[in-house]
Amino acid sequence: MLHTWLPYILAGIAVGGQYALIAIGYTMVYGILRLINFAHGDVFMWSGLIMVYLITVLPLWVSVILVIIFAIVLGTTIEKVAYRPLRSAPRMSIMISAIGVSYLLQNFALYITGGLTKTYPEIGFLQKTVKIGSATTKMVTVITPVLTIVLVFLLVMLIKHTKIGMAMRAVSRDFETSSLMGIDINRVITVTFVIGCGLAAIGSVLYFSNYTGINPMSGAMPGLKAFVAAVFGGIGSVPGAVVGAFVIGICENLIKGAGWTTFSDAFTFVLLIVILMVKPTGLFGEKNIDKV
Amino acid sequence: METTLNKKTRSALSVAAIALFLVLVYFGDIMISPGSSWKMLITVIEKGSIYALVAASMNLLNGFTGLFSLGQAGFMLIGAYTYAIFTIPAASHDAVYQYFDGGIIKWSLVEVLEGSLGVFGHYLGMLLPMLGAGLIVAAIAFLIGIPVLRLKSDYLAIATLGFAEILRAFFQWNTLGPVTNGSNVLRKYTTYGNAIFPVLIGGICIAIILLLINSTYGRAFRAIRDDEIAAEAMGINLFKHKELSFVISSFFAGIGGALLAMFQTTINATPFNTVMTYEILLIVVIGGIGSITGSVIGAFLFTAASEWWLRGLDAGKWLGISASFMRPGFRKVVFAILIMLIVLFYSRGIMGDKEFSWERFIDWWKNLPANLKSWPERRKAKASARREARNAKAAAKARAKEAKSSNEARMASGEALFTPLPVSDTVMVFDKEGK
Amino acid sequence: MKKILVLALSLMLAMLALAGCGGGGDSGSGGGDTVKIGVFEPASGDNGAGGKQETLGIEYANKMTPTVTIGDKEYNVELVKVDNESDNSKAVTAAQNLVSQNVSIVLGSYGSGVSIAAADVFADAGMPAIGVTCTNPQVTADCEQYFRICFLDPFQGTVLANYASDSGCKKAYCLSKLGDDYSVGLVNYFVEAFKANGGEVVEEQFPDKNSDFTSYVANAKNKGCDVFFAPVSTEAAALIIDQAEAQDLGMPILAGDTWDSNVITEAAKGKSVDITVTTFYQEGGNPEFDEGIKAWMEEDSTAMTNNGGNTDLAAVTAMGYDAYYVALEAMKAAGSTDPADILAALPSLKVSGLVCGDVSFNETGDANKTEAFVKKCNTETGAWEFVKTQSAE
Repeated sequence: MLHTWLPYILAGIAVGGQYALIAIGYTMVYGILRLINFAHGDVFMWSGLIMVYLITVLPLWVSVILVIIFAIVLGTTIEKVAYRPLRSAPRMSIMISAIGVSYLLQNFALYITGGLTKTYPEIGFLQKTVKIGSATTKMVTVITPVLTIVLVFLLVMLIKHTKIGMAMRAVSRDFETSSLMGIDINRVITVTFVIGCGLAAIGSVLYFSNYTGINPMSGAMPGLKAFVAAVFGGIGSVPGAVVGAFVIGICENLIKGAGWTTFSDAFTFVLLIVILMVKPTGLFGEKNIDKV
Repeated sequence: METTLNKKTRSALSVAAIALFLVLVYFGDIMISPGSSWKMLITVIEKGSIYALVAASMNLLNGFTGLFSLGQAGFMLIGAYTYAIFTIPAASHDAVYQYFDGGIIKWSLVEVLEGSLGVFGHYLGMLLPMLGAGLIVAAIAFLIGIPVLRLKSDYLAIATLGFAEILRAFFQWNTLGPVTNGSNVLRKYTTYGNAIFPVLIGGICIAIILLLINSTYGRAFRAIRDDEIAAEAMGINLFKHKELSFVISSFFAGIGGALLAMFQTTINATPFNTVMTYEILLIVVIGGIGSITGSVIGAFLFTAASEWWLRGLDAGKWLGISASFMRPGFRKVVFAILIMLIVLFYSRGIMGDKEFSWERFIDWWKNLPANLKSWPERRKAKASARREARNAKAAAKARAKEAKSSNEARMASGEALFTPLPVSDTVMVFDKEGK
Repeated sequence: MKKILVLALSLMLAMLALAGCGGGGDSGSGGGDTVKIGVFEPASGDNGAGGKQETLGIEYANKMTPTVTIGDKEYNVELVKVDNESDNSKAVTAAQNLVSQNVSIVLGSYGSGVSIAAADVFADAGMPAIGVTCTNPQVTADCEQYFRICFLDPFQGTVLANYASDSGCKKAYCLSKLGDDYSVGLVNYFVEAFKANGGEVVEEQFPDKNSDFTSYVANAKNKGCDVFFAPVSTEAAALIIDQAEAQDLGMPILAGDTWDSNVITEAAKGKSVDITVTTFYQEGGNPEFDEGIKAWMEEDSTAMTNNGGNTDLAAVTAMGYDAYYVALEAMKAAGSTDPADILAALPSLKVSGLVCGDVSFNETGDANKTEAFVKKCNTETGAWEFVKTQSAE
């Protein structure tokens, strides 16, 4: 039994870990700005794309660091240019702005790549084939969940025990009051984007090492799924997003294994709708009361 | 200065303008030879009016009721399929459903009605499935709306988007192949002959939407958009009105989908994805959230720019400029930048939340020369106002800096910065809870 | 600032409007000493890579033979290219755009779905179109304006199924993409023929934008299949090959003409996978053409990039090259640049001396082709190796 299902579970855990790294960006930004950052998936795609170009001239570790820096710069720039001016505008405007940025990033990638799929560079040890029980898989499958858990642990420590973490929690609890209390809102938001995009960049290295083709649309689906994971876990909650991502990753692969391949993507959205109906705040979310 | 027209003149002007437009479209489509580049204009008008209808229906939901829904493409998909399935001629079934033994619906409504009613039957056979498409979509939207409409704005957006994705997978499901043709395109179904058809249908539907918006229901929708809690307090049944707006919007999206199917001549579920929804949303934004006229103008501009005017950017030659960086994809980059500029700097869109009115149009036209003439002065005035504002800001900053440094100096010298208030009965202590 | 921007925007729009009108004036006249050939190919989207390679063949042919003598008059041939974005809904307006630029004949497209979608536009305009590598039967069925110079999927599916049966395969895993006419169609014909040969099949489909093929490869292994048939786009193909290597698939991979591309050879290089494809052309079939186009790609960096960064020749490039000459011959035979005359001349056209074999059309407008080349990927050198030519029997 396990013999048959092991490959699917392994693949699910790997992809789940990668979704988790993207989902953290969604959940943190939503927690603080109440904004679905539709462009986040495209930042993820662009980190992958930049890696393809960087690796041709630079050694691996330099490229990885530069990719992370690039993602952070891109993310914070998007925030400064497209979200900050609209902060007092209606919620819908800022969401539309996010959709516009996503459209721009995709089309720019389309222009740069000429619409062709780029092959992600081989990162030797990540792509080595390993045998686990009866299943054969890539090294990255094993590394991803471990790395994800470590990074999430560090992030949770940061949020719980540092001053900026406290500021983040305060801002996500009450935006206006915390700004009245002297918290520099802009700084907190920037830090949020830095963390979210940095993790997305690491996620992109892992994800694209496993699925080696990058095209302008490759960020869209992982982005949507990661967002669903964030909603599933309770938006605003980092551990929730991680749990949600693993659940989605594993279920998705089990469904494919069961022969329902047509509905493997649709399943994610069924899960989303079910969770929204049954427990709109997600697994670990806190109840939000609207004030008049 | 302001022009006022009586109701009769206004309607006369509107009827004349619409009639002129329809006549131009009708004869334009007949007269323009396929090889002429003006043919693109007709194509743009066809696709533009379909998108105008869909954008208007989305605006009804997003702009007038304040429900941020991203399910438009999914509803269009159902509409398009419903129309196509019932109008494929019997003779073509074997060719279209080639992998599914000719499908299970072996007749076409158009042919059936044409056989008994002649030409009238032909058009009735086209209109009925279209109406059916709208009704089926409305019914599905009704069911989806029951759970989904209880959600708050962004959750609603993501849930409707999810439903659209599920629908897409469903329509491509091989098991439903005998009806939907699975992954393969549906084609050969009856389409319209003249560009006037989508313009007319789209126009009628948009007119109905406009009537609805100006009715009591429309006012209730707007009340919900402006303040849900206040609206509820005033006796508006929130859920009922949201559901109504959602169903009506979906009904027109379904009709729009049916028209799009006719325009494309073949349909397939793949293109009805989130990108299509985003495009429609961007049209609504360009035109102005809360203005149906804006959506119509936005739809035509969007279609013309993306399908016609900017094509040269891909081919390397545009407006006589040729450059090597103009290669395929450049058009879309320029387009996306334009959209971002509109979203960021002109977020009210072309029309804001105003509708077209003849009075305003005439006034605008009358004042145009004067406005153009005074433009340099107004610009100068604006510039000087801006300069003043800048100076004032700088001065305020300098003052604040000075105050801070003087405060610091006073603090350093041990002087108290403020005298404490004497404690007396007249000082009230505000409790946060307001006790 | 804001107002200036608004002004700039509206100025730009006004200019655009003028450009639209201005364009209307001159290109409407047409004729002159130029004849226009429309190139209806994807330059982006799923089939972008293949579309670019096919366009490359057409461009090379245009470079070799930039003029054509029709009647007694010499015309310059101008290529008018539009990007159909591999998207059925964009294909209609793209096709309309070609028609409105007064082209005499249209070539393309790579990918059957877009061709089927555009067929009605060409039919309405009476515009002759020559499909280059769109193999789905629906392209030419019921469309009198559509011709094609390649073989069809029923044929190709049978060839592939026979090849699989001949190699002793009993159970085939068939993977196609949801909403993709080409892969779904080809799998269908493969399944029909393979079952007729007494084989068993497992059919699965993957959704749009999917890049995780882990489970599909695992499914094929778990269900005990002995051949993996996946005639999908090259984008997905590279990912499948990668996963096949990672999970040690252990069965041959079989695919159709789309896989005959350097994207595949590059993805498979150095990996332990066994890939066999059927295709239209084998490199070396016409050395003169091979050398010429390679030299051109060496010179022209854009051409090289469009070919995927090296000079490995794809069969679709050779087909594109042929299609251009078929179009020229059609115009010569018609003695006119008028689409209607060309359309009348096409059914009886016979063209020889092409790199992928002679072309003549049957009554539905399909080329009479009875043989396909079977090639195998040599994963050490990263090149295609000729196996045999196979017919459907």
